[in-house]
Amino acid sequence: MSNQSLALLRADDLSVGIDGSLGEYKIIKDIDFSVARGEAVGLVGESGSGKSTVALSLLGYLGGGLSKLNGQSYFGDEKIYDLAPAILQRLRGGRLGLIPQNAGQALTPSLRIKAQLEEAIELHSDILQADRHQRLIDLLNYVRLPDPEVILERYPHQLSGGQQQRVAIAMALAGEPEALILDEPTTGLDVTTQAHILELLETLRNERNLAMIFVSHDLGVIARVCSRIVVMYAGEIVENGPVREVLRSPAHPYTRGLLASIPRLSQVAIPVSMEGRPPSPVERISGCSFAPRCHHTKDICRDQRPNLTEINSLHKARCHLLSEIELKPHSGDAQKRLPSKKGKMTALLQDVDIRYDKSTFFSKLISSKPISVATVQGVNFEIHSGETTALVGESGSGKSTILKALSGLVPASSGRIVGADGNDMPATVEGRSKEEKRRIQIVFQNPDASLNPRATVEEILTMPLRLYENLNGRALRDRIVELLFDVRLGPEYMRKFPGQMSGGEKQRIGIARAFAARPDLILCDEVTSALDVSVQAAVLNLLVNLQSRTGTAILFVSHDLAVVRAIADRVVVLYQGRICESGPVENVFAEPSHPYTKTLINAILEPDPDRVPTLLADDVTELSPPATGCPFQRRCSRNIGEICNRESPPDLIDDNLHSIYCHLNINEL
Amino acid sequence: MDTVESRDQLPKTGFAKIGEVLSAMFTQTSGKIGLILLVTHLAIAIFANFLAPYDSAVQDSNLILATPSADHWLGTDNLGRDVLSRSLLGGRPALVTTFFGTLLALFLGGFVGVYLGFTGGKIDDIAMRVVDALLAIPWLLLLLLIIAIFGSSPPVMIITLGLIYAVAIIRIIRGATLDVVAQDYVTAARTRGESALTIVQYELLPNVLDVVLVEGAMRWSWMLLTFSALSFLGFGVAPPTADWGLMIASSRNYMSISLAPVVAPMILLSTLIVGLNLSADALAKALGIDRTRTH
Repeated sequence: MSNQSLALLRADDLSVGIDGSLGEYKIIKDIDFSVARGEAVGLVGESGSGKSTVALSLLGYLGGGLSKLNGQSYFGDEKIYDLAPAILQRLRGGRLGLIPQNAGQALTPSLRIKAQLEEAIELHSDILQADRHQRLIDLLNYVRLPDPEVILERYPHQLSGGQQQRVAIAMALAGEPEALILDEPTTGLDVTTQAHILELLETLRNERNLAMIFVSHDLGVIARVCSRIVVMYAGEIVENGPVREVLRSPAHPYTRGLLASIPRLSQVAIPVSMEGRPPSPVERISGCSFAPRCHHTKDICRDQRPNLTEINSLHKARCHLLSEIELKPHSGDAQKRLPSKKGKMTALLQDVDIRYDKSTFFSKLISSKPISVATVQGVNFEIHSGETTALVGESGSGKSTILKALSGLVPASSGRIVGADGNDMPATVEGRSKEEKRRIQIVFQNPDASLNPRATVEEILTMPLRLYENLNGRALRDRIVELLFDVRLGPEYMRKFPGQMSGGEKQRIGIARAFAARPDLILCDEVTSALDVSVQAAVLNLLVNLQSRTGTAILFVSHDLAVVRAIADRVVVLYQGRICESGPVENVFAEPSHPYTKTLINAILEPDPDRVPTLLADDVTELSPPATGCPFQRRCSRNIGEICNRESPPDLIDDNLHSIYCHLNINEL
Repeated sequence: MDTVESRDQLPKTGFAKIGEVLSAMFTQTSGKIGLILLVTHLAIAIFANFLAPYDSAVQDSNLILATPSADHWLGTDNLGRDVLSRSLLGGRPALVTTFFGTLLALFLGGFVGVYLGFTGGKIDDIAMRVVDALLAIPWLLLLLLIIAIFGSSPPVMIITLGLIYAVAIIRIIRGATLDVVAQDYVTAARTRGESALTIVQYELLPNVLDVVLVEGAMRWSWMLLTFSALSFLGFGVAPPTADWGLMIASSRNYMSISLAPVVAPMILLSTLIVGLNLSADALAKALGIDRTRTH
């Protein structure tokens, strides 16, 4: 190892696991990698691959029941696992910082930002009491938070997700760190916010010569900020190399599969998914851990654990067949999507406004006027059978609220929602007839919360079949088996409880339950955002296949524009509950016109080291839409003044297909 | 495509399920101790007639406050009755009354709690304020008042204790229901158009059942203490009947002469309470593990 001397943070043959009465179980196995000053290394892998455990074990921090089995972790010359607890404590949060995944949960909800930052300064620096306030302001300025004095007095819940993340970064910087470990630092943030945070981190690394470890499942994030990638699978490193090389010519079959399963804007198709699922952490594997899912598996793969083999001095992979498998990007047979045939209208939204009535029983007693904010205003669009319409926008754009209005969970306060029969649908679900309810079914975002944990798959699927079709006995069971087959699951799944299935399998059951009602329209609320990329593609494929067979219309809500590009026919871009642009997906994506659409598309991160996102709008999270004018006025880089702030923008295109709502001239866009 | 014919691999239901939970409880130390105590007590209560060496009501005026001997293992009380026999039988009134009292409280509290949690809105708002008001009433005084009016026959005790304990259970079960109602699978059932009864039966009850059971085990032990306290104060079981609270009350004046008539019922009562509490604890853990099962 040539750069070992330069390494600031280094794992040396580190294994962590359970040392119990049944013997040793290695959860992470023989981890060997290092990070130098000023270098950023990305630790990637799917959920359960052990990437977070590796990051924390570098800090000497092991979760309940885990212990170090062999190896060592070095910070400079210090052996982390040999340090006295008190010294280790000073090191962590001081010279060795951690930025946790969910800043909203990492900050104490009952303390002001000031108190929390002060604590970090008090614990990890010698700054005198008198100078502390200035230091706080400097830190917040450094992470580019506007109005630091105001922010200091706030509680965490009064900040947006991006602001919370910046506070967490400031807190880590308070200890003057030399190395930072970032655990999914931008997961859960909007694309534009994510791009801004990553840019900040990049600046930080350059200015302070920090060593950084980025833990992420998102190769797009890693491609943007890291110079080296360490790919984890089943608790071990399967590939380690320079970013460009790993992304362009991945060596390990797992890395190839992972890269191939990521949907990209440039490739209008549903990517290929990986078969199978990763082994459980306590499974004893004699051969290569990826062998059961690999297309190239030979006898040696099943019998013998491969070593990390050098491809060149900087690039290594753990595979027996490196010399046999050609080093080229995985060429999968991504499923090209045929444009769907536009069918009859299944739902129509006309001038729909939705207000959340925030008054409670008691406030109603006091005042008769409800206090309400128009969350969604003037929304118009049509959904046709056989078509997929996508609603895109950042959090708070009203995507989910529109779904709720369609399903009757939140009543629209004005406007019309017309059903497939051409009649207005009652606003609330209670007011709708059984037939009207049957026509619209929902697939939820979180597969864990959408299935009753106490019911078997059979019971779950029985519910809609008994309700709508009054099936029982043999006919019921046959239909359940058929539904399971449709979502590529065997009849043995009937007896399983949700807790016994993986996220992807649970989501398939959710889809089967929705299709059981033979609906006209399926509302998909971020259905793949809780799934690993390798599983995501399979679920998308399933949806599209079922749609083309049944002719169901799909309303697909997503923040992931690449996914939308892959499966949608039409797209509606929302900002603050108002439509900015809507039209056929090719028209909207190929040449994004509306300033907000452009902002969104430019901020997307792809697993491509050469793609740098362009940041057009400011990273501001607006809590409520402006009262008049264009919804995007405050963040728009092309705001032309008075008219944008006062008047609602007109539709610039005079046809029924594509609409762009903007005050600028069409030629200027 | 073959269909599923055999049901033998289906998830355990009914008795098999109970067996699974019991064995999960038994693997914990607290559960082991709790269950052994509880089963011993139940066995004593059921077979007391065969176990008791003497008739509990027979007085022997020659043997007043006798110390333990081969004939009377725990001695005799101030009326010359065998302490061992009375202690073995003395748990029966408390166990029987509080068992049915707890069942009543669980059914009432569980039903109202799930209903309020599911309905929400104004009904829930108003009902919960009523519950708050009821919880503010000093229940021991209320209990004494009711006994003074209606007497202390088992049906009166069961209904009164059941009603009083139901109020607190409503609160707990409503809270547990609110957690479940917010889940997407309940939303799915609502938008699908399932009836309220179906939602309660299939989606809500199975998911609050663990809370109901643990609440039940906990409340049972509290109700036992309340019942014994009432007997001790002279408002519970009428004199010739053997009852722990009553035994302690009537023998405590003679403690300086003979300890056994006081200590024996005390030990039995406290071991029963400890057994119930430990079992409730272990049950909570067993069901908690069950909830996130992945095997």
